[in-house]
Amino acid sequence: MDFALTLGIIVIKIAVVFGIVLFHVAYATYFERKIIGRMQARHGPMEVGPHGLLQPFADIIKLFFKEDIVPSHADRWLFYIAPAIVVISSMTALSVLPFFEGFVIADINIGLLFILVITSISVYGIVIAGWSSNSKYSFLGGLRSAAQLISYEIAMGLSLVGVILMAGSMNLSDIVKAQHQYPLGMFAFPQFLGFFVFVVAAFAETNRAPFDLPEAEQELVAGYFTEYSGFRFALFFLGEYIAMLTMSIMVTLCFLGGWTIPLFMTNALPFLSYVPGIVWFLMKVYAFMFLFYWIRATLPRYRYDQLMAIGWKVLIPLSFANVLITAFIMRWL
Amino acid sequence: MLPKLFFVYFAVMIIVLSLLVVTRKNLVHSIMWMLLLFIHIGGLYLFLNAEFLAAIQIIVYAGAILVLFLFVVLLLNIREEFGQRWFIRSWQGRGFVAAALLLAIMLALQYIVLAPMGKYSIDYIQRETHAKVLGTVLFNEYVFPFMIIALVLFVPMIAAVVLAIKRRKA
Repeated sequence: MDFALTLGIIVIKIAVVFGIVLFHVAYATYFERKIIGRMQARHGPMEVGPHGLLQPFADIIKLFFKEDIVPSHADRWLFYIAPAIVVISSMTALSVLPFFEGFVIADINIGLLFILVITSISVYGIVIAGWSSNSKYSFLGGLRSAAQLISYEIAMGLSLVGVILMAGSMNLSDIVKAQHQYPLGMFAFPQFLGFFVFVVAAFAETNRAPFDLPEAEQELVAGYFTEYSGFRFALFFLGEYIAMLTMSIMVTLCFLGGWTIPLFMTNALPFLSYVPGIVWFLMKVYAFMFLFYWIRATLPRYRYDQLMAIGWKVLIPLSFANVLITAFIMRWL
Repeated sequence: MLPKLFFVYFAVMIIVLSLLVVTRKNLVHSIMWMLLLFIHIGGLYLFLNAEFLAAIQIIVYAGAILVLFLFVVLLLNIREEFGQRWFIRSWQGRGFVAAALLLAIMLALQYIVLAPMGKYSIDYIQRETHAKVLGTVLFNEYVFPFMIIALVLFVPMIAAVVLAIKRRKA
């Protein structure tokens, strides 16, 4: 009975998170088009519904009814499995993320490592999609993606070590609580090096501009998912946007204090402590999502050698320095 | 009962997946089965209350080493080189190799010594979290072996750099 109750609560939590995340993904695409449109002095989608508010649903319906094409000489099974790997792995990452005090599907001790595990598996979806399509554009996109993701995974993992050292735990809820105890309320200040490295690596890991070489439109049509159409194409998009959300949530939890706000702010303005934590959490996540769009509208794409040089010669040494400095200060000061 | 079923599932799947890995003709298919194999090995670690090892198993083997395998297979496009069906032609030769391997494993099994339990009981590990216990043991009791392994891993890295630099000059 007790077991059934726990299971029921977990299933309900999964359904809630799933629904909210799908809704967010649908409107993340809408706001991306709107915001980038405004930044380029145009309106963005305006036709479907007031101010184009129903555009995401129109897109979903269109994608559902498109023909599902499999290229000739494609490796059928891997071609089918690749989008599933991308979506399933990015969805699984959501299961360890706490959204506010006490709300998390699986409160595990190694939450932070689990996210890294998941990002390391999602690489396969992209590489396999590129290989199995039997197309040169897809293949090059997949190869670029593999090299890029391996390189930036190292920097991302190392940049989180500083956070783990300061919080003394790999549980994401404990990391947020540790930040609340900390005088400045956020690890972004003492861990500014780690914060910088993590943000840059997050852009590269999600294949977003300025690191969107795996899907560089001008050179590779659409990169690894050139040959996909209809529903499978939509799955890749879903995976990419969930990965963006996951990265925004990770930044919020590990560096920006999660659902808490700094103690000095609640001391100065006591009424702020009555605001529910989810409000702060969502504000931080949305701000970071906005940064994704903003940078896409602002910066041109890096060349491939620049991408590798930034990853290996700048970010990895910086994150190593951050680990050493943090460990030294935590141990002796 | 349930733990035993879990173990049987993981054990059987690990054997089946290993067979699939070595019998596929297509190297990319082999690698994908191997990915599944590594995830099952990670599951077995979880089953032993070693959550940190499970995560590291997947990050290191699936996330780094296997992706590099895949990368090399894709870049070199080595489909043709495996045109030869058998490495050893005669069936007597194949039988001999299999028997010798089996004998070696049987002999090795006899020399397994169970280490003393020490204070690291399952309760203790669950209370302190596995990552913390592992770190304490590794960096206090086994610092010297740890350093030696680090050195051993450092040497091939230098070798790789040296090879790459020479390649560029030629």
